[in-house]
Amino acid sequence: MRKRMPSQSNKNGIGGVNMVQSEVLTGNYAVAYAVKMSRVQVVAAYPITPQTTIVEKIAQFVEAGELNAKYIRVESEHSAMAACIGAAATGARAFTATASHGLLYMSEMVWWAGMGRYPIVMAVVTRAIGPPWSIWTEHNDVLAHRDSGWIIFFAEDNQEVFDLTIQAFRIAEDEKVLQPVMVTLDAFILSHTASPVYMPDQREVDEYLPPPGGRKLPYILDPLNPLTHGNLTYPDHFMELRYQIARAMENAKQVIVEAGRKYGEMTGRYYDHLIEAYKCNDAKAVIIAVGSSAGDAKDAADYLRNQGLEVGVIKLRTIRPFPVEELREACKSAKIIGVVDRDYSYGYGGIVHGEVKSTLADTKKPVQSFIAGLGGRDITVKDFINIGRRLIEMADKGVGEQPPIWVNLKQEVIP
Amino acid sequence: MNKIPLTSISKPTRGAVGKTGFWRSFKPVIDQSKCVHCLQCWLYCPEGAIKRTGSNLMTVEVDYEYCKGCGICANECPVKAIKMVLEE
Repeated sequence: MRKRMPSQSNKNGIGGVNMVQSEVLTGNYAVAYAVKMSRVQVVAAYPITPQTTIVEKIAQFVEAGELNAKYIRVESEHSAMAACIGAAATGARAFTATASHGLLYMSEMVWWAGMGRYPIVMAVVTRAIGPPWSIWTEHNDVLAHRDSGWIIFFAEDNQEVFDLTIQAFRIAEDEKVLQPVMVTLDAFILSHTASPVYMPDQREVDEYLPPPGGRKLPYILDPLNPLTHGNLTYPDHFMELRYQIARAMENAKQVIVEAGRKYGEMTGRYYDHLIEAYKCNDAKAVIIAVGSSAGDAKDAADYLRNQGLEVGVIKLRTIRPFPVEELREACKSAKIIGVVDRDYSYGYGGIVHGEVKSTLADTKKPVQSFIAGLGGRDITVKDFINIGRRLIEMADKGVGEQPPIWVNLKQEVIP
Repeated sequence: MNKIPLTSISKPTRGAVGKTGFWRSFKPVIDQSKCVHCLQCWLYCPEGAIKRTGSNLMTVEVDYEYCKGCGICANECPVKAIKMVLEE
């Protein structure tokens, strides 16, 4: 994790008028506090490492009467999401959290929530999928749900985890969007590591978010006006329903930016872009990263800049909707782009790499893939420095794109 | 053209997909003299094709426009007052 950049302060100073507290929180507790402040009405969850302390803390809030919510203890993640869908169908504000195998077990219902347009918010602590068993971070679990109709955020640090979770409810429930939102945080690097988190005042959050359960749409489940959700739809209507989801995802780009700007006016922390472009204006090489390692990449860029190497970093905040326009703009000066994937699509390569490459295809710039940090292996600042140097060297020599480079792969132990 | 909703919904409508009575091979026939008015057939009918009639709504009749002839009512009837008869 990177020491946070100084916040942009508003006229009332950092944190706004009523900013009263900062706490040292793990990423998981940051989620739990944000859920409490968002006045979630239904929480259905099943514990799984490294997500457990999120739902444990929320259970404490409910038990202590600090959060007025129905807490449903279910027998599986599949049921957890099903219960959230039921709650959202009645217009209630619903939340759940999971990780890795839990997310995969939930998968059918994840798609049901996305395609049914239920504005649920879910925290996913990214964790590798077994076998072999692993509890450490990797992004394949989330990216397996790339096409499920969920808005997918990757957080860089615990402050962003907290801020995103609150924004997520506003984005999901916006009538131009009405799609569920995943806020993802890297296992242990964020989930179990404590750092200071500034929290706005409850009154500010109440103003920022629509009143919980206030959603009045024509398709809310209501016993007095009975209807069925998700009924059999014949081929002559199916495509039109899918098109509306595609359009909602496009709308989401603007809604996310607007929600991030409003959040900035409240707290001094602006999230009014889908990407964070760091020192990219004149960069010869740009490193693209998602999640917690984006901070290390920025530290590496600082170091390389001091050495006279023009390296910039782009942190992708969303994977869906994919920030096509912003990414193209931020890569304008780059001669070469490097994408660091903490995931792999077996038989193709890095998943984010594929997205970036297709976004920049017409520019004909080389987009070099790096695979790093699978199963929670550290990606250090030094690794990013090496990646930056390598990219600059490739650009100077005019070397084109190479096959994916596996960072710190122990070749000597591979038979 | 009617506009479609934001997501797939349907509202309960009588015979939303048309009349299904012609699907039957066997039709349930109620022997009213044996009926004890327990309403088990009305409860179990998966199609809502058992009508309650009479002044106190305790007399049952089959709605042949929609009954698909599945035979569940005949199977559930505790006094065997419903017979399944081959359609001519």
